[in-house]
Amino acid sequence: MADATPGLRARPLSPHVQVWRWHVTMAASILTRATGSALYGGALLLMGWALALASGPAAYDNYVGLLGSIPGKIVLFGLTLSAFYHLFAGLRHLVWDSGKGFTPAVASRSAWAAIGGAVVASVAVWVVAGLMGKL
Amino acid sequence: MAGFRTPLGRARGLGSAKSGVGHFIGERVSSVALVPLTLWAVWAAVGLAGGSFDAAVTWLRSPINASLTILLAITSFYHMQLGMRVIIEDYIERHATKAALLLLNLFFCWAAGVLTVLSVLKVAAGGGAY
Repeated sequence: MADATPGLRARPLSPHVQVWRWHVTMAASILTRATGSALYGGALLLMGWALALASGPAAYDNYVGLLGSIPGKIVLFGLTLSAFYHLFAGLRHLVWDSGKGFTPAVASRSAWAAIGGAVVASVAVWVVAGLMGKL
Repeated sequence: MAGFRTPLGRARGLGSAKSGVGHFIGERVSSVALVPLTLWAVWAAVGLAGGSFDAAVTWLRSPINASLTILLAITSFYHMQLGMRVIIEDYIERHATKAALLLLNLFFCWAAGVLTVLSVLKVAAGGGAY
């Protein structure tokens, strides 16, 4: 792979998880994909909600009952985390698209900020929801 | 001799195809729109949590709530189709499997999007008959 045809520039190789040293920017990148995939499921929950509401009171109560159960709440908390993390990671990408924030120190700091921000924002939303008597 | 050259070697120096960046730009533009829409969705979900069927119907009959829900759905399904497409292209090597999954992803996102929008419209425009 590395010994490319003479005259061609060597192509970049993929980082490999078993060889590369773990770093927060790597985790942040993997988390962006993982949370994006989770939100794929989250969008289907939105579809289910709209469909249940359009189907009538019985279907809606069943659906909301499912979401409000303990496993439902665990899934919803996971989706809250995913939404906030993916949002912060997306903002990181938009900053990168403007050509800024690529130095290792800044990239590591913004990775930690996205992870920490997602946890803080998610817990805050659920605490506020709890205080409002929504749980 | 051209047959021995790599596709990259043949393409290099010919300039842009002018259409290759559509996916990249679509993903970025939808992500910008999804920043406020996602924050609104979290806020709306907290407001709706624990509420009754009637409360949810009343909420969705507000034109602003219905419009934002439809915008959220369309932008999300568009954005997630683009994102899942990259994941499939990155990890699935076999051509037939990749093509099948890409089609499945595209059709599924369209179907789910249409179903969501029609459901919202039914509630938002409905006269109360269920």
